[in-house]
Amino acid sequence: MTTVLDVLAAICLLAGSALAFAAGLGLLRFPDLLARSHAATKPQVLGLLLMLLGVALRLRWGPAIWMLVLVALFQMVTAPVAAHMVTRAGYRTGKVDSRALVVDELTDDLHAAAEEQDLTD
Amino acid sequence: MTVVVVLCAVLLTAAAVLALVRVERGPSMLDRTIALDTLTAVLVGAVAVHAAWTRRTDTVPVLVALSLIGFVGSVAIARFASVEPEGEGRVLTREEVAALELDRMDAEDAERRDTDAEHHGGGAEGDVRRVEEPDGGGEGGDR
Repeated sequence: MTTVLDVLAAICLLAGSALAFAAGLGLLRFPDLLARSHAATKPQVLGLLLMLLGVALRLRWGPAIWMLVLVALFQMVTAPVAAHMVTRAGYRTGKVDSRALVVDELTDDLHAAAEEQDLTD
Repeated sequence: MTVVVVLCAVLLTAAAVLALVRVERGPSMLDRTIALDTLTAVLVGAVAVHAAWTRRTDTVPVLVALSLIGFVGSVAIARFASVEPEGEGRVLTREEVAALELDRMDAEDAERRDTDAEHHGGGAEGDVRRVEEPDGGGEGGDR
């Protein structure tokens, strides 16, 4: 039983590390901000969850597992917020090339909002 | 288990180095923020691998702290991101740093010369003499 759990833990840890490595490659190779932030989410969510699962399978001790659950919850709440803040700041400071986007609703919305502002003034 | 840990360590180290290369290249502050975020995630992974290897439970709180700190840092940088001029966000070469340093030292020298002429070149009107003047004695009398 313990051997099975250890093997499962090893597989989880290896998969998480592989995702982290893929994110490193993506950060280096991808051309712009949005693509890089896409690559950066791999170890932040799935990779981290896999690694925490691996640690939990290996430790097998209640209090530590609850703390690992806490880490997973924190990460899943904060990672989207941080990514949203960073890419929003990138969009607003002109670091996103709108010609490379397939759908670009935010630019239309910003123009519409600016026109509405002009009308009310 | 040892083989797995070594493999994980190699993969994580490679990921950290690649993220660091992106931190160095930029080209903007936000690219660096994303790379540093990834670096924090890789660090959490490394601590997790260590905890799984040694089966120690006392490094688990470190994971909680790390997962919070990465968030605060990237949000703070994103909040104060502004339009950067072209070429502003790169690391300077050695010659450029030397030129900047020379300019700064020149400015400091000029400032020091001005201060010297102002404070040590003029007449000796210090506070000590003005204390003695009223009443021809008083506080400064026993000197």
